[in-house]
Amino acid sequence: MGDVKLAFVVQKPQYKGETSRLAITHAIAYQTVEILLEDGDTVTPTLCFVGEGVLGLQKGQKAMDLYEVTSTETHLKNCLLVDLDVLVCKEDLAKYGISEDMMPDAEDMGADKKIKVAPFSEIQKAMEDAKHILFF
Amino acid sequence: MATLTVGCFPGLIGNMSYDFVVKLAGAAVNKGHKVNIWFAGNAAGSVKAHQKHLKDYSTGEKHLKALIEKGVEICTCEACTVARGIQKPEGIEKIQWNAMHWYLAKIHASDRVLQIGGE
Repeated sequence: MGDVKLAFVVQKPQYKGETSRLAITHAIAYQTVEILLEDGDTVTPTLCFVGEGVLGLQKGQKAMDLYEVTSTETHLKNCLLVDLDVLVCKEDLAKYGISEDMMPDAEDMGADKKIKVAPFSEIQKAMEDAKHILFF
Repeated sequence: MATLTVGCFPGLIGNMSYDFVVKLAGAAVNKGHKVNIWFAGNAAGSVKAHQKHLKDYSTGEKHLKALIEKGVEICTCEACTVARGIQKPEGIEKIQWNAMHWYLAKIHASDRVLQIGGE
């Protein structure tokens, strides 16, 4: 069957509920799915944040210090470390007054991949290219 | 016939989305389709055995057992489940426990995927 592209579309803010976090962890699971697939089969997710889903992504989070839970920032860094494509909607960031340079990177962990702040048209293209879309 | 995988995230009690998942799965398997259900988030709490069916609320256990008997594969996110204080020996028999890659693997082989969002 080869590669199956998936679009994970996060519409809910981080920390407000559980599912916005689960979107990230489910997407990261693509790294280990091959143990359950036939040789040559792969899953390629693209993680997209739109609408209120762009809230709670900024760098400098202290979730571990204050609540003893892993921050969304750390999860995003893990995404970049495993070469996951992460798209954040440019228009929605602007709507909430969040500057693009507030997006975290994982350079300190050695990741080359970066979060891509992308126009919605690019996120729409990722959804069109995916076989399945999963809304969180 | 087709393969349908349903990701179920809402809690069992007080949420009709959960009832929709089990009813839809039943309808699909009765038509001869292959059905997989993945529980994560609050839905993971619904794999606890010995649920009491109070008439005021929906129940999951009898529906899940019936679906399993019809060949539906049901799997719960182990991390989500143990986070809710439910250990595997306390779970409904024949429900699988696995990590999130189980869901992705089932999606890979599916013709259709329904993601029923949670809270």
